Formats: sequence, C-alpha cells, structure tokens
Amino acid sequence: MAQIKEVTKILVDNLKLRGSVLPISQEAATKWAKDLNLPKGGDTILYTGNMYQIIPYINKLVKTLELFEGTFFMNFTVFGRMANRFVNVSKFMGGPNKEEVKTFNNTLTNMAKLLQKSGSKFGYLYEDDLYAGALTYDLGADDVTLAQAKKVYENLKKHGVKRVITVDPHTTHMLREVYPKILPEFDIVVKSYIEVLAKRGLNPLNNKGGEVAIHDSCVYARHENVVGEPRELLSKAGVNVKEPFESKKITFCCGGPAESLFPSKALEVGKKRMAQLCKECDHVTVMCPICNANLKRSATNGTKITDFADYISEFYLEN
Amino acid sequence: MTTRVDPGFMKKVKGLGDQNMEMCFNCSKCTAICPMDTNLLPRSLFRYALLGMTDKIKAEQESIYSCLLCKLCEESCPRGVKIADNVRLLRSYLNRDVFNI
Repeated sequence: MAQIKEVTKILVDNLKLRGSVLPISQEAATKWAKDLNLPKGGDTILYTGNMYQIIPYINKLVKTLELFEGTFFMNFTVFGRMANRFVNVSKFMGGPNKEEVKTFNNTLTNMAKLLQKSGSKFGYLYEDDLYAGALTYDLGADDVTLAQAKKVYENLKKHGVKRVITVDPHTTHMLREVYPKILPEFDIVVKSYIEVLAKRGLNPLNNKGGEVAIHDSCVYARHENVVGEPRELLSKAGVNVKEPFESKKITFCCGGPAESLFPSKALEVGKKRMAQLCKECDHVTVMCPICNANLKRSATNGTKITDFADYISEFYLEN
Repeated sequence: MTTRVDPGFMKKVKGLGDQNMEMCFNCSKCTAICPMDTNLLPRSLFRYALLGMTDKIKAEQESIYSCLLCKLCEESCPRGVKIADNVRLLRSYLNRDVFNI
C-alpha cells in the first residue's frame, strides 16, 4: 500500500513545485491553439486546465505503474518521491505517444472551432491556462488544492476574465462547484462547451446521421447535470443515440479515477463499462479525456471510441 | 483483542469539511451497485469513523482510495448520504494526519 502515500505525494509535489500534477512544456500545452489566432484573455475565455494535454502523459504513467503494481518494486516508490522534489521524475518515463498527443490536440481545436461556429467570442490564456487541481482534490490533498485555486482565480482576475468555457467535466466541476466552496470570493461564470453549443442553438451543416453509443461522464451527469445537451446536439444531426444499460444520471463509471493509484482496478471497471457499451454499438462517444483514455485501454474488440467534439465535428464543421 | 478508539476523531474530520456520515442507516444499497466491487462497504467505513476507530480507518486505506467518487451509490441512497464527499474527507484525514502531506 506504500504507493498510495508515495504516488499522492509525487502528484502533490508536482502541483506545488511545477504547477501541474504531471508537468508538461508550455509548447505542448498550447500547441492545439497555434493556428486559431485566439486573443489572449478577455471577458470570456476557453479554459482547458490542461486536462486533454496531460492525458498522453498520464497514459505513460499508468503504463509504468502497471508494470510495477503489486510487485516488490513498489516498495521503492519512496525513492522516486524523494528524487521528485529535486527533479521531475515523470520525465524518465519517456515521451508520450505522439499519435495520442495529436488526437487530443485536435479535439481541443475542434471544440474551439465549434464554439466559433456557434458565434461565441472567446480568448485563451495560453501559458496562463493553469491546471485546476482536480486530481489533488479527489485525492484529498486540500491544502495544495486551495493554493492552486487561489492561483487560478488571481490569474483569471489578472486577465479580466468574467466567463469561462470549459472543455472537460473535471475542470468544469472544480471551477463551478468546488472553487466557490473553498474560495467564497470566486465569482466567475462557468459553462462547459457542450452547454454553450446547445444554448446557442448551433445547427449542423448536414444531418447525414449515424449511430453511436453514448457514455456519460459521472462528473457531467451526476455532479454537473449535463445530460440533455449532448443528446440534443447529436439528435439535431440525425444521429441515432444508443443508450447503454446504465446511462444519464445512473451512468456507470469508466474506472478512470482509479488509474493513478490502482491501474488494474481501473481496467476491470473499464471492461465492465465497455461490455455495456459494446452491446449497443461498435462506436462509442465520450465527453471526458479520462473516460476516453481508460475506455480505450479497456476496449478489446476493436470498438471505436471518439471524443464528443470530434464526433459532432463531422456534422457541424466543414471538413 | 483490544480496539482503540479516538473520541476526538469525528471532530478532526468535521474540521476538514462538511460530512453527514451519521445519516447512513446501514442498508447496503450503495455496496450493491458499486462499480468497484470493493471489499469494504462505505457503511462500515462510516461506522469506523463515527466510533473513532482510527486503526481500522488506517488499515482500510486501499478501500478509501479505491472509491471512484462517481456518486452512483448516492443516486439510490435512501438517506441522502453524501458518500463520495464523506470518503474524500477520510482521504483528507489520512493525508494530513497519517501521511503528513
């Protein structure tokens, strides 16, 4: 069980010392926005919290943990944790999968293009788009999460931000529910890009249709009540939405939240969920990068898993 | 066998945030639908906490950190127990008082 303490400590130290649970370069974090000419800051911004960008690095960490999980070598994570105070040990795991990096960057670009098409005007904070602290909050590391929340809020204020459009459920939950609880002065209006697209009445360019199984993120469905909006956008495009056995408010978790500490347990849950989804369709759409990563790890029969933004881009954006 | 209890345990936990463990009346609905098939039931964890059985809490670290915080259990809880928030508070306790994080 040594890994609970040591892995938590590594993630906490990374956030304290390097600004993210898994530090990545500014270039890697902002590359997706390179050709979009988004203004820096403004009243309304698209806020990534680097969640999509760090997933390829988390996948690398999970692969490393999988190798050692339950073995004698896990007793030595204490040395990794001690070394991590001086040097970012995640760098020694090797670089992320380039194809994954490209895919997740492309998803963010599609979100921005969809929002632009809906008429939404927004900026981006580039190197000041900070990680919101979702993982440290979930791990119960409250002091470091509060310190990060203060940093994020000060930064938003510095750039004159009044409204934030989020890209993933975890950052949405942190900014919309957790921050106001731990930081009573937090006064930024937060909406996810899916809510914004639905509210603005974005219309598809075609309704060529298709069939897809929908996997609701626990955080969107149960914490944030984002259930109807994705279905509305899919239905408008003529897509036949297949609901798995546990769906909407009673969606079954992908297992992803366990992957940083217990990769094999996360995989087990992911497989159960994939079995429910595969029964409905061989194409699954997901709204969260963590669900995306863990369900892809758990998929065994060639089921295609596509992020919601990429999936609806086929109907709402010109190719 | 001796069981040690810390009568001040819940005071410490309450100091970390809002909780409502005492609302649980042990029906086990949460366990029946938990995606993790965890060996330890949230209701048992909450009993240990309410009784101040800190050794049991420390021994059940894996169950406490295995929870996905997905809140599926809360959808069917007849008592409105904030199961995920309560479990997260036990993590806060372990981080602060046991791991010194």
